[in-house]
This record gives sequence, structure tokens and C-alpha cells, in this order.
Amino acid sequence: MKRFSWFNATSLTFGFAFLYLPMIILIIYSFNSSKLVTVWAGFSTRWYGELMQNEDMLDAAWATLKVAVFSSTLATILGTMAAYVLVRAGRFAGRTLFSGMIYAPLVMPEVITGLSLLLLFIGIGLDRGILTIVLAHTTFAMCYVSVVVSSRLTSFDRSLEEAALDLGCSPFEAFRLVTLPIIAPAVISGWLLAFTLSLDDLVIASFTTGPSATTLPIKIFSAVRLGVSPEINALSSIMIGLVTLGVISASLISKRAAVARAKDEQAAAGA
Amino acid sequence: MTQPAFSPWDDPAATPLIQFRNVTKRFGTFTAIEGLSLDIFEREFFALLGPSGCGKTTMMRMLAGFEDVTEGQILLNGQDIAPVPPNKRAVNMMFQSYALFPHLSVWDNIAFGLRRDRMRKDAVASRVDEMLRLTRLEKFANRKPHQISGGQRQRVALARSLAKAPKLLLLDEPLGALDKKLRQDTQFELMDIQETTGTTFVIVTHDQEEAMTVASRVAVMDEGKLMQVATPDQIYEAPNSVYVADFIGDVNIISGRASQSGDKVAIAWAEGEPQIQGTTSRQFAPGQTCHFAIRPEKVAISAQKPDAPNVLRGKVLDIAYLGNISTYHVELPTGTIIKAQTANTRRIARRSFTWEDPVWISFSDTAGVLLEH
Amino acid sequence: MRRLALIALPYIWLLALFLVPFLIVLKISLSDLALARPPYVPQWNFGDGWDALKAFFGSLDLENFVFLSEDDLYWRAYISSLKIALISTLITLLVGFPMAYGIARSPEEWRPTLLMLIILPFWTSFLIRVYAWMGILSKEGLLNQFLLWLGLIGEPLTILNTNTAVYIAIVYTYLPFMILPIYAALDRLDDSLLEAAEDLGCSRIQAFWLITVPLARNGVIAGCFLVFIPAIGEVIIPSLMGGSGTLMIGKVLWEEFFSNRDWPVASAVAIILLLILIIPIILFQRNEQNQREAER
Repeated sequence: MKRFSWFNATSLTFGFAFLYLPMIILIIYSFNSSKLVTVWAGFSTRWYGELMQNEDMLDAAWATLKVAVFSSTLATILGTMAAYVLVRAGRFAGRTLFSGMIYAPLVMPEVITGLSLLLLFIGIGLDRGILTIVLAHTTFAMCYVSVVVSSRLTSFDRSLEEAALDLGCSPFEAFRLVTLPIIAPAVISGWLLAFTLSLDDLVIASFTTGPSATTLPIKIFSAVRLGVSPEINALSSIMIGLVTLGVISASLISKRAAVARAKDEQAAAGA
Repeated sequence: MTQPAFSPWDDPAATPLIQFRNVTKRFGTFTAIEGLSLDIFEREFFALLGPSGCGKTTMMRMLAGFEDVTEGQILLNGQDIAPVPPNKRAVNMMFQSYALFPHLSVWDNIAFGLRRDRMRKDAVASRVDEMLRLTRLEKFANRKPHQISGGQRQRVALARSLAKAPKLLLLDEPLGALDKKLRQDTQFELMDIQETTGTTFVIVTHDQEEAMTVASRVAVMDEGKLMQVATPDQIYEAPNSVYVADFIGDVNIISGRASQSGDKVAIAWAEGEPQIQGTTSRQFAPGQTCHFAIRPEKVAISAQKPDAPNVLRGKVLDIAYLGNISTYHVELPTGTIIKAQTANTRRIARRSFTWEDPVWISFSDTAGVLLEH
Repeated sequence: MRRLALIALPYIWLLALFLVPFLIVLKISLSDLALARPPYVPQWNFGDGWDALKAFFGSLDLENFVFLSEDDLYWRAYISSLKIALISTLITLLVGFPMAYGIARSPEEWRPTLLMLIILPFWTSFLIRVYAWMGILSKEGLLNQFLLWLGLIGEPLTILNTNTAVYIAIVYTYLPFMILPIYAALDRLDDSLLEAAEDLGCSRIQAFWLITVPLARNGVIAGCFLVFIPAIGEVIIPSLMGGSGTLMIGKVLWEEFFSNRDWPVASAVAIILLLILIIPIILFQRNEQNQREAER
């Protein structure tokens, strides 16, 4: 029954313009044929072509993707375990320290996380590269995953698990057959969050990587420090496009699921 | 001491406090209220009763000023209230959710409206204290809404809406959130407070028992229309339609064809069964379809054939034992089921009939009501 | 047995990769710079035995912290980080509140889309979002071109590589963190409270100040901390948008580490940065707790 008031419509229009204009301009200028990024000289896909020829960039992209897949998967497993421990394991020695270690990395500045992990890797003599970045990303991403999953676990009706145990499941079976399917959406969004955080991370990766591995953000950072470049515009546009596609399709899928569910419920109520 | 009966609605000289004049309310293409006219008098405790979606809440929100009227007028003391915004109306509302401000104490909640009137500080304080006394909340003045029980919250909401001494207090399902026992106690409390303050109350409810208990008059609504407006006893004893009869309390409805002579009507309702004898002040054309409505407590049940104007044979199908009373479901040979109620004045072991027993049911010719629709 | 494994695995992981590294930072911050690899002394190995351990602890000192307190670069960097974070938090609030309010009061069927539009930038690379402003704010950038075209300015403004650019970038990148908690608080606000306020004699504007704002308070506080805390330690934004005059402690740490290779001082800077953050973090935690209790 509500409609947009004049004031709300204005503030939302300006707000969203502020949020989206810079990205839209970036995308438009990625199709600029001129090397001078601020002067429009006609439409061209030249920079996309050059980007595809840039072996360094492609290698960095590949490394970033590998790091993101491994670290987000590991983080999801560890984070879900941690969430389960936090919500369900009850009291155990060192629980306060444990929950402190889950929450602290969320507010810890990235520079400190990065610095401390680097000092650790040097201290134990671990060669820096893909492996160290994966370890670093897993550590801070698992904390995000466990926060997402534990909020779902808290709102989850414990009697469902108890029913499974009552019907003869072992605790592990109860987790696999009842808990996991129900918390699956939270686990998936935890994975996506971890994946994005890893793809996005510049600071921690800069500290923990070695000469053998360069990730895309590090590559972009060192390029843009020197100023705006059309090739980076093209790369950014591709990344923005992929994310937009992902988010929109995810929201469509969840909306469709919600509609289907509502329909089922209606049908069930009618029957 | 005898008080004159309070019934301004029967007095043609009385001027109503509120008048709905042909009020229609539409939301888009949906008509919530259709051409409704209604008078509510000062000091009345008026109940709007109906199923959800019948338009009763819309009527209340129009009175409060949260919805505007599509067509027609609402008058308060003879003045059209359409141009008056909600914050300027001498009407206050007690919300179904109570809508207590969670960041303010009980005291500040009650003082909220008074402060808006720029009342002097000591005047506010004394009025709030008076309200706290009236609702027996003195001890909780400094608590926040989430620190008190549901029943106490209900009283805070009442105190807050009464604090400004409105001409009219609107109560939207005021007892809906309370459990049954508390609800019954609170009903009497509400009536006391209404009497003490002399405020006109309009209450919206879907609970017919509540409406019957508290109200001086009840308006039964359905699909945006008034079905009947009358005192609780008239609504119960003399419903004007099958809808009202069925909505209020338990009822048996037997439909058939009427043949009238004077105020006596005989209803042919089934082959091979005796016609039902009834009394009415209405006029039925010969052969017109009519509905005979009779309350279960007016139907007697016995093992031997009694001597009564209406006697029917059947067998006991079900017995619902409710402690003080029992309701028997008696199946007639036609398959019709009639409910009969008896007070359990004897111990249950002495009951003279049980499941599957053949029984007689009987009622007088004035016990039921004849309805056209 | 299974329960033990379940607890032990994430526990040991966090101990080894969060707590131990942190203790190492603490230790190095108390060590001295050395021209070696790793570039600090003393070092200690498990094989060296008890006496070595005593000697090791004996040579740790607060020298680096004394150094930090004497060099006013660090003081200014800390103060300037706090100032930049505070100002950008306030601007973010001014931009974010009307947006959160606008979404909360928008037609129901619009809300999921509007929220998705708020969250979408969060999934986009932080670096790219900062970078997007470089082309706009530079001297030949679109903003200057636009303002010149309008005739508002006679010659291009210097915005990029100043604190103004830093503010713009922080507001831009952290805006969703401000909007979401405020929206959540406003969304929980029952419409009947506003109607009740009106019914009791408030005008719409009075009801906004007396009911909406106090009830959105926790959301506002949460949003402010979510912007303020990470903004203090921000590295990327001051490096890309700030100029030589932009002092932020994250950037100083970064440069201390990568350019000067002074690990002990970098570690000491990190420790102090953390100490500064502890107060807002504790306040934030308390706010969250209050909110949970209020909901009960």
C-alpha cells in the first residue's frame, strides 16, 4: 500500500547514483579506443583484446582463482566445524579463547593479520607462494564462515537433531542427514563469502606471497599505483560483470525457490 | 436503587457522538466498507464483531484517521472529521500490538501524549499518576515495556490511550494477546474503567464471547456490511439472519417451506417428519423458504416421548461432556444432526442415555427464531 | 573422541595461524633491528636451552615503543588516522541514513531489489571500486571536465591525492556497512509505533525524532563502528587516493615494512594500532550485546 515519498525517492536516487555511477563510467571507458583514459575517442574492444594477450595477467588470474577455490573450501570446512563447536559443543576448556580467536580476525586490521602471518612463515622457514596465501586466506575466511553458519545454527530447532538421534542416528549421521541439509544455504553463502574475500584480498596476499606467486589484486594494485590504465578498466569491467551476473542469478534462484515454496504451502493449505 | 436503563439508541431525541453516513472505503479495486451508516452514542461500549477481513479494523482506522473515507462522511459531535489529521483528533486508539514505545519507560509512555499538548510538568505528572492508579501500575512506572508481563503491557497501552481523556477510545482487539483466564478478568476491568471514566469505547474483536460480555451494543459485520446492530441479548435471542445466528454461539438451523397463519408458522422440512411449529412477527408467503434457528440449550432431550409442540425422534451420535453442561449430537432419521444441551445437575453415572440410544428431542414453539435468509 | 577431533582441528588451526603469529609480532616489536635475515635480534631456537632463553628475554625491551613515541611522524599518523576515520564515518552516516530510511519506507515489493543493489557492490572487488574513482577525480578526470563544462570552476581542481579523495573513497566503499545495520533496525520498527505516536498528538516530523531515531540508535551505532574500525587500519585507500600529505597508520606500517624493512618498528606500530582499536571494538561488542538483550 506504501508508495515512495518525494523525499525518499530523491535520497535513494542520489544514493544509488553515487554507488553505481563510478562503476558504470568505468565500464563505459573500458570501451574507449584511446590510450588516454579520460578522453573519449570512439568505441573499441581493443583493450579487452590486449588483456587476453597479457600472459602475466592471465597467470595472476589463474593463481588467484586457485587460491580462492582452495582457501574457501578449506575455510568452509573448518568454519562450519568451528560454528558447530561454538553453538553445540557446550562447555570445554579454552572455549573463551576459542570464540575470541573466531571473532578477533573479523575486526583485526588486514595489515596486522598479514604482517603476523608473514613473520610466522619466515620463522618456520616456509617458502612463500600459493600455499602460504591459501593458509592465510583460510585462516581469516574461516572466521567469516563460522559467523555466518553459527547464526543459522543458533536459529535452528535443536529438537530436529534430537529426533534424528531418537530415531537411531549416530551423532555424525544426524549431522550429515539432518543438520547439514538444513544449514546448507548458510554453508553455501559462507563459501561464497570466503571465495569473494580471497579473490578480493590485496593486503594479506601482499604480505604472505613470495616471488613465485602473484595474485590479480597485487597485479592490479601495482598497475594502478601508476595511474589509470585502459587495460585495467577492461579487466575491472569483466570482474564487475561476472559479479553482477552471479549476484543477480543467485537472487533470482532464491526468489524462485521462495515462490515455489509459497505455492507448495498454498497448495498444501488448500488440500 | 434502580438505574434508568442506558439505551440512548432507543431515544429519538439523543444525538449520537459518532455518525457514519453512507461510508464507503475502497483499496484499489477492493471494497472494504460499502455504504455503511451507523450511530454510536456517548458513554457507549460499542463492539464491532466479525471474522477477519470483514472491515471492522478499517472502520476503526478511519475513526482514528489512519485511513481516509472514499465516499460518505464520518461525523464526530456533528463535525465532519475528514480534514482533521490523526494527531489533532480527540480520538485515541489502543493498538492490537499495544505499540508501546520500547525505548521509553511505562511512565514516559503514558506521559507521551500529554507532553505533546504542551501540558505543564506538574499537570502531566499528576495525570500520569492518576492513570497509573486507575490501571494499578504504580509499581511498574519505571520499567521498560519488555520488563513487564503481557497483561501489564495491555494496561499500559490502555492507560496511555486514556491519559489524554479522549472523547472516544478505540480498542483494536485489546485482549487478543492474553490467555483465556486473564482475558476474562481483563474484560471486567475494562468495563469498570469505561464506567469510571465515562469515555465512549469502540472495541474491535473477533471473539463473540468478549463482545457479548463487554459491549452495550454489538455490530456484527461481514464483508464490509453491517449484518445486525443490537444489544447482546437481542443479537443472541433474536438474530435477524442465519449468518448472525450462526456467528454468535451455537445454533441448529433447519430449513424448509413456511405456511403461516397469524403469528404461527408451520415448517415442512423433510418427508415423513412432523412439521416444525414456530412463532414469528415476520410475514412469510406460503411455501416461502425459511430457516428455523434454535439454540442447543433450548432443545430438551429425553428417553420417553415428552408432551411438547415439537417432538422429534433420533439417536445419540456423540456426547461432549464439558463439566457443567453436556452437548448431545442427535441424529434424526433424515440424517440431520441436532445439538441439544443439558445442564449436568446430576452425577454423570446417573445419565439415562448414552451412545446409540434412541431418544426424543423436543422444544416449544417459541424457543426458536424464523429467519428469511 | 569425535567431539575432541571436532574441537581440536579448528582450535589448533587458529592457535597456529592466528595466536602464534600474533605472539611473534609482539615479540619482534620488543626486539632490535639487525642487518640480517630475518632482520631482527635476538633470535632464539628450541635447541639453545634455558640460559639462552633467559638471555633472550633479557634482551627484549620497549626501545621500539620509545622510538615511536619520540618520532612525531607516528603520533601524527595515529591522530590523522583517527581523524580521517571519524570524519568519513560521519559523512557515511549522513549519506547512509537517508538511504536506509528510504529503503525501509519503500513499497514492500521494491525492498529486496533495493537491498540487493546495496549488497552488490560489496561482492565487487574493493580495489576496483577504489580504482573507479581515480579516473573520475584526477585532474583531467570526468568530475573536473564536468565542472569546467558547467562553468562552475575556471581551472581543474586537485582532488585525487588529497584527503578529500580519501574521504570520498572511504564513504563510497564502506557505505553498505552503514546502510545494512540501520536498515535492519528501521525494518524492525513496527509501523504501529509511528501511528500510536501520531494518535497521541505527534506530527510526522516529531514522530520521526521521538520514535524512529531513538529506535534506530543501535543500528546507527553498529553501522558507525563497522565503518570506523576498518577505516582506521585502511591501507589501499590512502595508498591510491591519498597524497604525500595523507598520513594513515596502515600505510605507515606498510611502508615501514616493505620500504624501510624495519620489522621491529612495523611490529610495534601494529601493536599500538591494535591497542587503539581495542576501545572501539569493546564499545561495539557492548552495543551488539545491548541490542540482543533489547530484542529478547
